[in-house]
Amino acid sequence: MRHVRIELPHHLRTLAEVGSTVEVEVRDPPTPDALLDALEDRLPMLRGTIRDRATRERRAYLRYFVEGRDISHDPSDRPLPPSVAEGKEPFIVMGAISGG
Amino acid sequence: MSRIRLLVGTRKGAFIVTSDGSRRSWTIDGPHFGGWEAMHLQASPANPDRIWAAVFTDWHGQVIQRSDDGGRSWETVGNDFAYASDPGTHKWYDGTPRTWEFKRVWHLAPTADDPDTLFAGVADAALFRSNDGGHSWSELPGLRTHATGEEWQPGAAGLCLHTILVDPRDQRRMYVAISAAGALRTEDGGKSWALATRGLSSTHIPDPDASVGHCIHKMAIHPSRPDTLFMQKHWDVCRSDDRGESWREVSGNLPSDFGFPIVVHPHEPETIYVIPIESDSERFPPEGRLGVYRSRTGGDEWEALTRGLPQKDCFVNILRDSMAVDQLDPAGVYFGTTGGQLFASSNDGDDWQVVADSLPKIYSVEAQTLP
Repeated sequence: MRHVRIELPHHLRTLAEVGSTVEVEVRDPPTPDALLDALEDRLPMLRGTIRDRATRERRAYLRYFVEGRDISHDPSDRPLPPSVAEGKEPFIVMGAISGG
Repeated sequence: MSRIRLLVGTRKGAFIVTSDGSRRSWTIDGPHFGGWEAMHLQASPANPDRIWAAVFTDWHGQVIQRSDDGGRSWETVGNDFAYASDPGTHKWYDGTPRTWEFKRVWHLAPTADDPDTLFAGVADAALFRSNDGGHSWSELPGLRTHATGEEWQPGAAGLCLHTILVDPRDQRRMYVAISAAGALRTEDGGKSWALATRGLSSTHIPDPDASVGHCIHKMAIHPSRPDTLFMQKHWDVCRSDDRGESWREVSGNLPSDFGFPIVVHPHEPETIYVIPIESDSERFPPEGRLGVYRSRTGGDEWEALTRGLPQKDCFVNILRDSMAVDQLDPAGVYFGTTGGQLFASSNDGDDWQVVADSLPKIYSVEAQTLP
């Protein structure tokens, strides 16, 4: 098992009442699907807020970053790099710049 | 002495605004869910300290929050609003078919006698029910699959179900309103629905007297006279005295019959309130002067209520769920504006005070009268 860190955007931190980073335990090798499944199991209030409940597709105004690279359009079952798997780098969920 | 609790939904969170029964001094608590759009908050009549809030962001979609202590603390409940059957299509703005897609909750309607049961009106237009306090939701698909559903088109804010009214004599009889489809009534608790639009006329649609396509902005009912319905439409204030079977216009001497909210006085079923807006293209008070209009005759004859309201340079709008009444005598009347002003009257609307002048854009106001 691996301990992976997920960095959440502001609104999800307040919703889940957690800090900026949440650690989840996932089977090796970790993938975006696996770690988001683990995140939703640990914090059920996040279901539907990152991925669509029905399709499990990433919501339109969110992106996934690792090691400074946008992996939003990579296959969601592709293993994440060793730095993420080893807990050195976070898997970052980032919201589009917006406001008003 | 009674207390008043206002539930205020705004563009950037929810506010709980309270006063004693004198309604002279108010305390503002919030924002709750800061940064989230709080479309609508509503409390259970059966347990007034149980409050639901429909909150949303474009990033993260729909979340339903619930408080069991009058809004001091909140927990996340269910947000799985899945249509019960193949969603099918409605019309898009350009007339082409568009697949039904859940977007957000617009309106919450707890039932009168069960603190675990409530309805949610959503976009794209559908009615959901929860029997477990909001943890799980089931669609009543008879509405969305109505024979005319393929003809329903969205208004500018989407194909939203924004009004849910229940007949207190028989809770199986309900009314909903959808922009810009129309009004519908059920007699069997939501299994089947009939259009309730006869007599409505909308000159801005191809067939002004069509049965489908009227952009209803809000409807209201008084519990002591539930055969009568009042409606603020995209142009025209209307009433029905036969449970929505037929409607007639009662705009009378209003300076403009365009507007969004409409409410009924708590103790006078023929006293109603609207807030006229210049037009569909210029959504601000006529001449920049904000006025609530009251009719004590169920429409047709209206009087302006302006004492305490801005009478120059006021160019805000008042959205459809942003006006409410309390249950005291004389009645409290409340409304919020897109400019973040919250106004209150403690004498049936005769005089107004500013409760807050710099909140975010106000989406909804509900008033609770507490012991």
